[in-house]
Amino acid sequence: MSILKLTHLKVHFPTQDGVVKAVNTVDLEIAHGERLGLIGETGCGKTVLGMSVMRLLQLATKVEGKIVYKGRDILRLSEEEMRKIRGKEIAMILQNPTTSLNPVLKVGDQIAEAIQLHQGLNKREAREKAVEMLESVKISSPEKRASEYPHEFSGGMKERAMIAMALACNPSLIIADEPTKGLDVTIKMQIIKLMKEVTKQKSMLFITHDLGAAAEICDNIAVMYAGELVEYAKTTDIFKNPMHPYTRGFLNSLPGMGLKPIRGMSPSLIDLPTGCRFYPRCDHASAKCKIEHPEMVEIKNGYSVRCFLYT
Amino acid sequence: MTEDLIVFLKKYKTSRIGLIGLGILIFFVITAVFAPYIAPYDPDQRYKSTEHPNSAHLLGTNQVGQDILSELIYGTRVSLFITLFASIVSAFIGTSLGLIAGYFKRFDFFLMRIVDLFLTIPRLPLIIIIAAFMRPSVWNLIFVFALFEWSITARIIRSEVLTLKNRPYVDAARMFGARDFHILGRHILPNVVPLVVVQLVLVSRYIILAESGLSFIGLGDPTAKSWGMMLHDAFEYPTIFISDIWMWWMLPAGLCIVFTILSLTFIGYALEELVNPRLRRMTIL
Repeated sequence: MSILKLTHLKVHFPTQDGVVKAVNTVDLEIAHGERLGLIGETGCGKTVLGMSVMRLLQLATKVEGKIVYKGRDILRLSEEEMRKIRGKEIAMILQNPTTSLNPVLKVGDQIAEAIQLHQGLNKREAREKAVEMLESVKISSPEKRASEYPHEFSGGMKERAMIAMALACNPSLIIADEPTKGLDVTIKMQIIKLMKEVTKQKSMLFITHDLGAAAEICDNIAVMYAGELVEYAKTTDIFKNPMHPYTRGFLNSLPGMGLKPIRGMSPSLIDLPTGCRFYPRCDHASAKCKIEHPEMVEIKNGYSVRCFLYT
Repeated sequence: MTEDLIVFLKKYKTSRIGLIGLGILIFFVITAVFAPYIAPYDPDQRYKSTEHPNSAHLLGTNQVGQDILSELIYGTRVSLFITLFASIVSAFIGTSLGLIAGYFKRFDFFLMRIVDLFLTIPRLPLIIIIAAFMRPSVWNLIFVFALFEWSITARIIRSEVLTLKNRPYVDAARMFGARDFHILGRHILPNVVPLVVVQLVLVSRYIILAESGLSFIGLGDPTAKSWGMMLHDAFEYPTIFISDIWMWWMLPAGLCIVFTILSLTFIGYALEELVNPRLRRMTIL
């Protein structure tokens, strides 16, 4: 049984310029102990998808479909039931640790707070647990660091503190939203190693545009483009032999692979192209791509792709 | 918490203007607290009336023969107590309503219209009218001032909360399953405390002036004489400006009011500089 299953998930926001169709009919499944990478360009709806699982989108947002976590549809839970799931069952590591830690609270207290909210510990026990958590994310002299403020931490350490906070209540599912964003290369490698280590027994949705990080951590990869999935496969398969023209372009745009950018711009989520969402930028586009919208098709065991080239 | 205080005091110490203000205020506070030990006489005790300053009565005596210096020292108590209490109550009301209005959208419109109402009506005339209709007492004065001074604080706190509630760490707290009131108390309130403190100082400045004004026109509590009340008594004395009496009867009380307001202004200025880094480079004195 899967730990998280999204069926026909649609997330639309009304704005002044029109309806932003951030997530369009996404079907996705994360098995127990699976680490799934969700990759795609900035603004393709990755973060919105993560936030919709936490049910923390603004009130006007329209969410359709089903988000089933451990057999329960999250979208049907009451706010109080949802509150008990956040942090304890599903924890999220936010992008940008610098702004995600409260500047006026000590780091240790912020982690202790998350612990106190869910586990019936008193202040001192929670604090001890917080120090333990800081130690588990390899922060040196955690006792001392726990009573420091976020501005006394370096970027990498703040990220570690965020990870410690997410792990504090021992959640079963972690949603990591670009945890390696804005870190320099050596720190990034350390964080990736850490993420890999601490999520060994857990399930994770790893949202990133950093293919290297995804390759390192994830078992499976889902590629998202303009609010929908275009390719889903095992990490090894997708890197060895990417099928969808977008995934290929994406891989080729990496510095190690020739640094060839994909031409054009990713489409506006308000005004999506008809037919295949990628056809205006695709080198293999045919007349059919412009009119018909391709479906996600499983072409071999555990390998799905949304492209007419393979049907 | 103690280390934060030390850091804060260290920063505060660099502001000369702030130290001067704090010094003056501490002087008045000590006077108020230890009034019975400092004052040479019981302020209600009567001696020979309208005496000029002499070795027994350093500032002379008033129209009914009370020692003016003792009156002044005990007056510090009344003036500071009313100011302190009323400004704390108004800051408390203002902060609570500001937090609620800023955080919960559904209360925002209603609360802010009430604030608008309180901001647009001319305060001092209305305070005078209300005070005139109520029995003059210290508690009624405090009530009237608290009633009229919370509105600006509420508006300032609300606007700050509006930006604070969209900070990622508020989202982060929600992601750990924090309730609204937990977020308000633990994540937003500590961020507005500096603003509240500045507001407290600024409001207390206004209140001490208003209290003196009300007492001066005779709406103060006659049983607890404040500085304003002393001015009132002196002003009623027929020959106050013809002779030299005003110099030891009116002037000291007036100067006390001026110096208290000055010290609060200095403190408010120094605090604002600390709280708002953009002002930090501008220095007076």
